[in-house]
Amino acid sequence: MANADLVLAEQAAREKRPLAINAATLLASVAIGLILLFLLLPTLIVIPMSLGTSAYIEFPPHGLTLRWYEAYFTDPDWMAATWFSFRIAVATTGSATIIGTLAAVSLVRGRLPGRELLRALALAPLIVPHIVIAVALYLVFAPLGLTGSFYGFVIAHSMLAVPYVVITVSAALQRFDPNLELAALNCGATRLQAFLHIVLPNIRPGVAAGAVFAFLASFDEATVAFFISGVEGKTITRKMFEDIDFNLTPLIAAVATVLTVVSLVLMSTIEIARQRSGQGRLG
Amino acid sequence: MAAKLLANGRRPTSAREYGPMLALALITPFVMLLFGGFLYPVGALLWGSIFVPEATLANYARILHEPLFLLVLWRTFEIAFVVTALALLLGYPVALAMARVSGRSALLIAACVLIPLWTSVLVRSYAWIVLLQRNGLVNNALIETGLTDAPLRLLYTQGAVIAAMTQVLLPFMILPIYSVVRNIPDDLVRAARNLGAGSFQAFVRVTLPLSFPGVSAGVLITFILSLGFYITPALLGGPSTLMMSTLIGQQTTELLDWPFAGALATTLLFATLLLVIVFRRALALNKGFELG
Repeated sequence: MANADLVLAEQAAREKRPLAINAATLLASVAIGLILLFLLLPTLIVIPMSLGTSAYIEFPPHGLTLRWYEAYFTDPDWMAATWFSFRIAVATTGSATIIGTLAAVSLVRGRLPGRELLRALALAPLIVPHIVIAVALYLVFAPLGLTGSFYGFVIAHSMLAVPYVVITVSAALQRFDPNLELAALNCGATRLQAFLHIVLPNIRPGVAAGAVFAFLASFDEATVAFFISGVEGKTITRKMFEDIDFNLTPLIAAVATVLTVVSLVLMSTIEIARQRSGQGRLG
Repeated sequence: MAAKLLANGRRPTSAREYGPMLALALITPFVMLLFGGFLYPVGALLWGSIFVPEATLANYARILHEPLFLLVLWRTFEIAFVVTALALLLGYPVALAMARVSGRSALLIAACVLIPLWTSVLVRSYAWIVLLQRNGLVNNALIETGLTDAPLRLLYTQGAVIAAMTQVLLPFMILPIYSVVRNIPDDLVRAARNLGAGSFQAFVRVTLPLSFPGVSAGVLITFILSLGFYITPALLGGPSTLMMSTLIGQQTTELLDWPFAGALATTLLFATLLLVIVFRRALALNKGFELG
């Protein structure tokens, strides 16, 4: 092709390109919009569903009412399950945060034999299917009377929640400069003093994030809760799971909305704190 | 390492590191929790599948010999495969857009990806029941647009399980891809364009190959999570959509056949571990994935 032809062809291409790109961009935006709708709709649709006046779930709701929330908050069974879940989640947050923080310090800073193996084990509960863990826990807990029990749940949920704490605290520790701790030690602080006054304040965002993940890992957990709940001691997720099949009223949607609001409020707090502290990082 | 060894064969104790005794003491509560809440129970389940009431591999032979169980095994992998493929198809463009746009649109996309991730799986599976039921949103839309006259039976089908699992697991595909694509320098794409590549060619020859670590991590995580998923198939599936996880649930809660459930669980566990061990490099590359 002659040089002049090439220039002409390029010019033509340049003139045509913006239009072609605009059409393509528009098409891509529509496609991505639809995928985002697919992601968001099944997540948030429980909110309008929970406000409908009809005794059956309908969309769009004909009238708005809070009676399903009233029904939820005045039902002793639902309240017992909610309170049980809440107590378990608080205790799990405490134990998983402490155990996980100590483990992260040991894994990141300690001279530990078999460190790689322990690191892999620390993440195992995230990867092993929860159904396997659930069935295994039931098998061991049932003879010990730990099914439907507060302590049984705290053990199970702490184990499931610890990996989140180990991950967030390890990340914070890796950003922390050990020389600061060294300086404190040189100034005469003990290990414990240096940890409490120098290390801990610096890794606090990681510990806080781990604590929130731990709370939600327990409060929202359904598979293990389904298996190790008892007739008396059952969590809100277990009660929801068994009621879904026969309770067709928007009451379940109201419970689902409560769970969603708790999750979203807690997670947004952490995300906003992360953005503020300059470690802004999605996911 | 060798250079660091002192004459007496010990490494220098640096105050930057916690000594072995202290490190061991700090990790002990965690090891105890992991043992009591995870290793021992799972070990007991595996043990029971072989040695209770007497040493036998009959439970495993049963999985391979009864057509129903082979079918369930096959279906589990089939559903996991379809869900992973769909999640990749839907997730890749979103990850790309999330990395390329800025300002408000970026925040909007991030919110659409993170809000589902933060919401309980149980809530989202319930929402799918509401959407797919006889007089649900999907059926109403189909009737109004004239695509069908009578409501279709959508719930308790394989399609329902696949749609819901794809939606639930999509963020696990998007985030690893996003974290890799975001770090591909814009200059590389620009250079390709300057050298005469069209935008499609630049994508295929530059962005796509460079995003591969994110894709492999996302595919692996999605596939592994799909294999063992319980809540969604339990709520949205029926007898004709039994997967390994729901079959284990059925064997324990309805049939009380613990040794056989143990054998099923062992099979599922080893399939998962095998994937993790073979592909651990792909998993390790996945740094942006912190929320689990």
